[in-house]
Amino acid sequence: MDGLDALKQGYLNRIAEAGDEAALEEIRLAALGKKGEISLKMRELGRMSPEERTAAGKVLNALKDEIDAALRAKKSALADAALDARLATEWLDVTLPGRPRRQGTIHPVSQVTEEVTAIFADMGFAVAEGPQIESDWMNFDALNIPPEHPARQEHDTFFMARAEGDNRPPHVLRTHTSPVQIRAMMAAGAPIRVIAPGRVYRMDMDQTHAPMFHQVEGLAIDRDISMAQLKWVLEEFCRAFFEVDEVELRFRASHFPFTDPSAEVALRCSWEGGQLKIGEGNSWMEILGSGMVHPKVLAAGGIDPAEWQGFAFGMGIDRLAMLKYGIPDLRAFFDSDLRWLRHYGFSALDVPSVAGGLSK
Amino acid sequence: MKFTLSWLKDHLDTTATVDEIAEALTDLGLEVEEVSNPAARLAPFTLAKVLHAEQHPDADRLRVCRVLTDEGERQIVCGAPNARAGITVVLAKPGDYVPGIDTTLGVGKIRGVESHGMMCSERELELSDEHDGIIELPSGEVGQSFADWMADHRPDDIDPMIYIKITPNRPDALGVHGIARDLAARGLGRLKPLHIEPVKGGFPCPVGVTIDPALKDTGCPLFAGRLIRGVTNGPSPAWLQARLKAIGLRPISALVDITNFFTFDQNRPLHVFDAGKVKGGLRIHPAAGGEEIVALDDKTYRLRPGMMVISDDEGPESIAGIMGGAQSGCSGETTDVFLESAFWDPITIAATGRALKINSDARYRFERGVDPAHTLPGLEAATRMILDLCGGEPSEVVIDGAVPVTDRAYPFDPDRVIRLVGMDIPAETQRATLAALGFRLEGAMAHPPGWRPDILGEADLVEEVARIASLTRLQGKPLPRARAGVPEPVLTPMQRREAAARRTIAALGYNECVTYSFIDARSAELFGGGAEATRLENPISSEMTHMRPDLLPALLQAAARNQARGHADLALFEVGPAFHGGEPEEQGLHATGLLVGATAPRDPFGSRRAVDVYDAKADAEAVLAAIGAPAKTQITRDVPGWWHPGRSGAMRLGKTVLATFGEVHPRILRGFDVKGPAVAFTVFVEAAPFPKARGATRPALAQSDLPAVERDFAFVVDDGVEALALVNAAAGADKALIERVSVFDEFRGERAHAQMGAGKKSLAITVRLQPRDKTLTEDEIEAVAAKIVEKVVKATGGALRG
Repeated sequence: MDGLDALKQGYLNRIAEAGDEAALEEIRLAALGKKGEISLKMRELGRMSPEERTAAGKVLNALKDEIDAALRAKKSALADAALDARLATEWLDVTLPGRPRRQGTIHPVSQVTEEVTAIFADMGFAVAEGPQIESDWMNFDALNIPPEHPARQEHDTFFMARAEGDNRPPHVLRTHTSPVQIRAMMAAGAPIRVIAPGRVYRMDMDQTHAPMFHQVEGLAIDRDISMAQLKWVLEEFCRAFFEVDEVELRFRASHFPFTDPSAEVALRCSWEGGQLKIGEGNSWMEILGSGMVHPKVLAAGGIDPAEWQGFAFGMGIDRLAMLKYGIPDLRAFFDSDLRWLRHYGFSALDVPSVAGGLSK
Repeated sequence: MKFTLSWLKDHLDTTATVDEIAEALTDLGLEVEEVSNPAARLAPFTLAKVLHAEQHPDADRLRVCRVLTDEGERQIVCGAPNARAGITVVLAKPGDYVPGIDTTLGVGKIRGVESHGMMCSERELELSDEHDGIIELPSGEVGQSFADWMADHRPDDIDPMIYIKITPNRPDALGVHGIARDLAARGLGRLKPLHIEPVKGGFPCPVGVTIDPALKDTGCPLFAGRLIRGVTNGPSPAWLQARLKAIGLRPISALVDITNFFTFDQNRPLHVFDAGKVKGGLRIHPAAGGEEIVALDDKTYRLRPGMMVISDDEGPESIAGIMGGAQSGCSGETTDVFLESAFWDPITIAATGRALKINSDARYRFERGVDPAHTLPGLEAATRMILDLCGGEPSEVVIDGAVPVTDRAYPFDPDRVIRLVGMDIPAETQRATLAALGFRLEGAMAHPPGWRPDILGEADLVEEVARIASLTRLQGKPLPRARAGVPEPVLTPMQRREAAARRTIAALGYNECVTYSFIDARSAELFGGGAEATRLENPISSEMTHMRPDLLPALLQAAARNQARGHADLALFEVGPAFHGGEPEEQGLHATGLLVGATAPRDPFGSRRAVDVYDAKADAEAVLAAIGAPAKTQITRDVPGWWHPGRSGAMRLGKTVLATFGEVHPRILRGFDVKGPAVAFTVFVEAAPFPKARGATRPALAQSDLPAVERDFAFVVDDGVEALALVNAAAGADKALIERVSVFDEFRGERAHAQMGAGKKSLAITVRLQPRDKTLTEDEIEAVAAKIVEKVVKATGGALRG
C-alpha cells in the first residue's frame, strides 16, 4: 500500500481546484465511485492476511473519509459562493418606505375615562351606568331639586318633546351624572362604592362650553364614611391621575342641593410660563364639586339615612383631559378633525392600569 | 350680589382688609367673583406741586410746567387749562399705567419739548367723568400717596366693590346685613344690629288693601303698606347714588332709590306706587288670564290665569313681587306715595317670573325666599328713610294677612357633625356658631331664623357649622378598602365588552371620534330616526334637533369636514349611544366604523386600493370576535335603506342582528357631501349573547397526529348563488372529517360568462379533511370528494367545473 500519500494529495489538490459541482462529481467518481481508485484499493483488502487487512483497512478508510469530507466541504463552499453571488444581485433600496399600515387612535375622553376607572377600581369603586335621556324625577327631584327650585333653572336643561296628550313632565337630557347615583343605590343598596362616567348635556355653547360634555360621578356610602375621607380619596385620585408625588387640595364651602355639607374642591397649581404644574405654586384651580350625600337623596335611592352616610363628587372628564394633556379647546373634542384625533389620541394598546402607569 | 366695603361696614364692625374679607367670603361659600378696588388702581400715583407754568413755544393750548415731585423737579407738558403755578396735582410718572386712557406712560416729546410724566384728570384715573382740567387738590404734601389722600378725604369714591356669586340656598346673603352676619360668625368683626323703630302714623291709610282669599294660604300670606303724603321726589343724595352706582344700578329718584337700597341692604324688596294714580284700594288676586300690564321696563305683559297681580279699581297695577306697573310708577311729580312691603310665595313667583321672562331683583329675591318676619320692619325702615330724604307725613300701616309661621326645629347633635365631617369642632364652638347665625337653641333642638328658608333638616345644621369652622381646615383621612387584600375586578362583562370593541377598532386602524348625541332632523330621518319622541323641545341649533338614531350620520359629517380639509382617505369610528325613542330605556350602544377612500396612500408597492365591502365585513367580524360573539352567524341581506342594496348585509343569530356592514348608499354619500367609496359597519354591542361558561379553564386541545388532506374543487354556479351556501353544503358532506371549507377564488363577470355561459360564475373552494383515528386511503378521500360534489350540486344547482 505504498503511494497513498501522493494519491491523497493529488485528490485534495484536484478538489481544491474544482470550479463547480460537476467537476466535484467527476472527482468523486474517480476516487470513491464504484470503479474509483480508492474503491479498487479497498477491493484488494480481501486478498490480504488478517493482520495486513486490519492495518491497510484502517489506512484506506481514513483516506476515504478524508477525501469524502474534502468533497463535502468544497461543495458547501461552492454553494455559499453561488448564494453570495446571487444575493449580490438582489439589492433593494431599503430607504423606500415600509408597506403602509393604518394607525388607529383612542379618543382622549375614552382614555381618561379608563384612567379614572383604573384609579377608582383600585379603591374599590365599581362603574355604574344610566340612561342619557332621563326622567325629570331622576335628574332633579330625586336629587333634592324640586320643580320650582332656582337651582333647576341654573342647569340649562335640554327637554325632550312631549307628544300631545302625554301629560307627564317632559324627560330631560341628563344635566349631570348624578341621577346614576340614584339608579345605583336603588339597584345595589348600601354599602356601595361606584363611579359613573358618561355624557351629560347643558344648553350652553361658547368658547369654553359645548352642549355635550363628560362627567364622572363618585359615590361612597357606608355606616361611617366622613368628609375627611372624601378629601383623602380625592387627594389620592389627583395624585395618581396627574402622576405627581404630592398634591394639595383645598375644600371650600359651597352648595349643591344633593349634598350637605357641600364643597368646591381646588387643587394647588402653578401656571408659571403658561405651563400648568400640579402640586406647586400659589394658584388654586377648582376641579370638582363634592359633599356628603343629602339624607333626602339617600332616601330617594331607597337607603335609610339614619343608618347610612357617605360622600359624592362630580368632575368633568373632558376638563381632566385638557388639564393633564394640555389640550386647549373643549369644542375640538367633538369636531372629529383627523389632525386633532391623531395628535391628541392614544394608541390602541395603551390601556391605562395602576400597575403599568396611566400614561406613558 | 354686589356691595362695597363701606356699605358692609355699616353692618359689620371690623378692621379686616378687603383681601381678608374676600378670602373669608369665598371660604364661607359666598364665592367672590370679583373685587374691584379703585385704591389699588391709584397705588402708583403721588401728589406733586406745580412750581411754574409757561406757554409752550409751539402750541397755543399747551403749557410747559416745572413740577416738584418726590424725586425732585421735573418738566411736564400739560394741555389742561387749569395747569398753573401753585396748585397741588396728581402725578403719573413714566412707567405708570393710567387706567382711564389705558396707557403706560413713557418719556415723551410734545411738539419738541420733553415731558417727564403727566398730571391727571379725574377721568384719566377713572374717578369720575370730569375731564375739564387736571385734579387740583385742596390739601396734601408733595410725595404723598394719592390713594391715601383719597382714603382720608373722599373714601366713597374709592370704595372697594365686592361681587359675590350666591348659591340658590342663600337668600339671606342677598342683603348686605346677611353677608355681615356670616363674616361676624366667622370672627371677622361684630355684627351691628338693625335698630328699627316703628314710625307712628298720623292718619289712617286711605288706600285699603285686600288679599283675595285664594291667595291667603299660599300666594300672599302678608301684604302691608302705608301712604306717605307730601313727599318731594327729587334725586337721591350723593351717598345713596354712590352706593347704587358702585353696584351697577342707575339712580332714578329718591323714592325708587330707597326701595333699591333696602333690596340690597336687607334683602327686603319694596314697591312704591304713586298714590295719586291709584284708583280705590289695592286688591291682591290671581289673574283671570288675558289681562295686560305695561311694567316699569316699559314692556307689555299678558298675564296667564293664576299669576299674582295687584290691581286697583281700574285694573292691574303691579305684577306682584316681580315688577311694578308703569302707570302707577313714581315720578318727579309724585307727592303721595304708597309704600308696599309684602311676603310672596317663592314657587308662585318663580313660575310667574319664568313664564313672563322677567329677571328683576325682586323676583330673584322672592323666589329664593326673603325673611317673612322682616316684612314690617323693612316697611318701617324704608318709611324712616323716605321721611328723612323726601319729607312727608306717614299714615298708619295698613295690613292684610299675617306673618306666616316658619318656626321649626331640628335635632342638633354636635357628635354627628364630627362623625359626618370628620373634623374636631368642640360642641361649644358649634353651638356658638349657630347662635351667631341667628339660630335659637333649645336643648337638643335648633330653630333656624326666618331668613334661612334653606335650613330644612339636621344635615343643614351640619353644613352651617362646618362652613363657618372652615372646610379649608379639613384634613384627609384614609378610606379603608371595602375588602382587605387585592381589589376585585369591578367592570361588568358589558363594560369590558365596550372597552374591547373600542380598542379592537382602534387597533384595526380607525381613529376614534366622539360626536354629539343629537343631530339635525334630516340626518336623523335618513337613518331611521327623527320621530317626534326623539325631538328636543329646546335645541341649541338646527343642527342638533333630534337624538341620533345611529352613529353613521355624524361620522359621515365628520368625513365630509375632513375631506374639505384635504384628507380623502379616512377610517373613523365611534362607540357610543344611539336612541331609538325618547324614553330612558330606548338607548342602545353602537360601535360604528367608517372607511372612506382608499386603504392606503399611494406607495411603490401598489398597496393602494379602494375600500370595499369586504374590508368592512372583516372589521365587523374582528369586533364581534373581540366581544365574544359566537363565531358562526347567518348573513342576510335585509338591511336598512342607507346601505347599498346589493353590497351590504346583516350578521345575525336567528332574529338578533349582531352587526350590519356594507357600502354606504351612494345617494346618502351625495347627501352628506362625502366623496366615496365609503364602507361601514355597525356592531350592536349589547346584542350578542354572553358565553355560558364563565370559568377560566379551556377545553382540552384536541389535535390529531394524522396528516390532514386538502382538496380543491371549482364549481360553476349561477351568478346569484352565494358562496356561504356552497361552503355550508360542502361542509355538510362529512361533518366529522371536514375540518374547514374556504373559498379561494371567485371568477365572475363577462369573461366568466364567455367561458361558462351567460349568468354563470365559478367559485373555488379548498376542503381540509382531518382524520381522527387512521390515515385516509385514496379511496376514502375520493368517496368524500364525491359526496362534497354531490351535496354542492344539489344545494346550488351548479356543476363541478371541468
